[in-house]
Amino acid sequence: MGKYVRKRLLQAVPVIFGITILTFFIMKLAPGGPLTGMISPRVSSESLQRAREALGLNKPIIVQYWNWLKELVQGNFGYSTYNGQDVLAMILERLPATLLLTVTAFVFSFIVGIPLGVYSATHKYSKGDYGLTVFSFIGISVPSFFFGMGMIYIFALKLKWFPTSGFGSSTFHGTGMALVLHKLRYLVMPALVMSLSNIATVMRFARSSMIETLNQDYIRTARAKGLAEKAVIYRHALKNSMIPVITIFGQSIPNLFGGAYITEKVFGWPGMGLLGVEAIGNRDYQVLMGLTLFTAVLVLLGNLLADIMYSFVDPRIRY
Amino acid sequence: MENKTKFRKKQNIFRTDAWKRFSKNKLALAGTVVILVLILAAVLAPVISQNDPYISLKDGAGKVMKNMSPAESHLLLGTDSLGRDEFARLVYAARVSMSVGLVAVGISSVIGIILGAVSGYFGGVADMIIMRCVDVVNCFPVMFLIIIIATILKPSIYNIMIIMGLCNWTGTARLVRGEILRVREMEYVQAAVSLGSTDFRIIFSHIIPNVMAPIIVEATMQMARAILTEASLSYLGVGVQLPTASWGNMLMEANNLSTLTLRPWQWVPAGTCIFLSVLSINFIGDGLRDAFDAKQKK
Repeated sequence: MGKYVRKRLLQAVPVIFGITILTFFIMKLAPGGPLTGMISPRVSSESLQRAREALGLNKPIIVQYWNWLKELVQGNFGYSTYNGQDVLAMILERLPATLLLTVTAFVFSFIVGIPLGVYSATHKYSKGDYGLTVFSFIGISVPSFFFGMGMIYIFALKLKWFPTSGFGSSTFHGTGMALVLHKLRYLVMPALVMSLSNIATVMRFARSSMIETLNQDYIRTARAKGLAEKAVIYRHALKNSMIPVITIFGQSIPNLFGGAYITEKVFGWPGMGLLGVEAIGNRDYQVLMGLTLFTAVLVLLGNLLADIMYSFVDPRIRY
Repeated sequence: MENKTKFRKKQNIFRTDAWKRFSKNKLALAGTVVILVLILAAVLAPVISQNDPYISLKDGAGKVMKNMSPAESHLLLGTDSLGRDEFARLVYAARVSMSVGLVAVGISSVIGIILGAVSGYFGGVADMIIMRCVDVVNCFPVMFLIIIIATILKPSIYNIMIIMGLCNWTGTARLVRGEILRVREMEYVQAAVSLGSTDFRIIFSHIIPNVMAPIIVEATMQMARAILTEASLSYLGVGVQLPTASWGNMLMEANNLSTLTLRPWQWVPAGTCIFLSVLSINFIGDGLRDAFDAKQKK
């Protein structure tokens, strides 16, 4: 176990370098390049000169990359080209809202997706299975902004069940449970929109995994010894078939974060995605770079966690 | 010579067999019809829409026909906030959205096939480097990567095509690599090696044609994703730029509460077009996968 984890961690090292190198070269294309944005805009002109020299702006590119990386490691993601604020602080301020939305959508997609997938697999080629298959195609095909706009149109504007956008009203002054419920009403629609395609993906995956498990010898044995079908499915097949679903855990993280841009724009959700949308409008490259790097590292960690979890539940993978 | 014709015949039987399986799949057939209609509409855009998509229409009194419903304007889908014909914009947008998708997938498939082939066929250091590159690119949510590059490079249709192509090759590369590992040790490849064929010839005229089926399926699925990505980018304002119409930026223009409630003709048709085209292509891709996979029986 320890050996596998060590190996997996070591494999992540070149990937981290790859991520930073790629980001560095993308930023090379931006006006000012990757390093200029690292200098606080609030310094005086002579310390600006010193800072430029310290960062090696006229040194070879390798030195520049190394200095840039050192700044990153020390938590300096640079300063916004638009308003001069510290980029990391801007991201961290928006992170909780995005995490709340993403984690809700994530949990929701597994809670809904897995039972639907299991139903589909146990009722293979039935009408219900067919309907769910079509539903899953719809789920991965509908553009989330169109779905979101439709939801706002129906549930916020016509039925007035939920607020159209934002995260809490400034005129609301309740505390405790009332506040939680108030916030929850803002969360429902964006979380639902964000989870739709993930529900479809989880469902398809759970279905095929369950079908594969049901073809295994030990399932035949369980049936042959006269176990009730329910016991076969829920006690023997379910647990084993859920193991590969863990891989979806790692795969869906980039999709969910990528979807944050759209969902947060549609619903005016004050998270990292909306920060990105604002940065696009302001041509704020430094913030966009920070967001990209930050999510890339989150994705890397998520994948690492998924792999380690996988090896934990399925020891075969370690060899 | 005789052997060759025999082989051809066999291939034809396989093709009709695949077609038979494909045509039994109702969803895939429906998808094909929808896509053909959309392509036809895109190609014939100047014929089927009598108005220019970039000109504000004026009524008899010379007033610009802003925000008119289909009934008011006597146009199929009414007009937008600048008085332009929504239907004209929709069919011209079909050209943009579908060609962006097509070119982007073309670029990513070529890159993916070449890198995957090199990686799978030669193995070793080349394989390791290419696969680590795949890991790196896969760590970035593709949207983030495309958005930052598109913002820096100033978004234009061509930039979007190229950027999407450059960011989406990893799936194809992995697939081709896996397929090549699978067939590399097969007898026909060994035969080609012993006859002294060059590596290039073995890869591109012996191996690739034999692993084409999954590549086509992957490219079809990618096409669906590419149309969705282009629409999302245009919705965010980093994709196809106004005044050029794309389905995504038509929704962007309509993204305010008054348009949402009062003028559904300005956003429902464009959204439906994205949805229908992506859904249809996904159905086609699924149908192709079943059709090509001879082992799977119903």
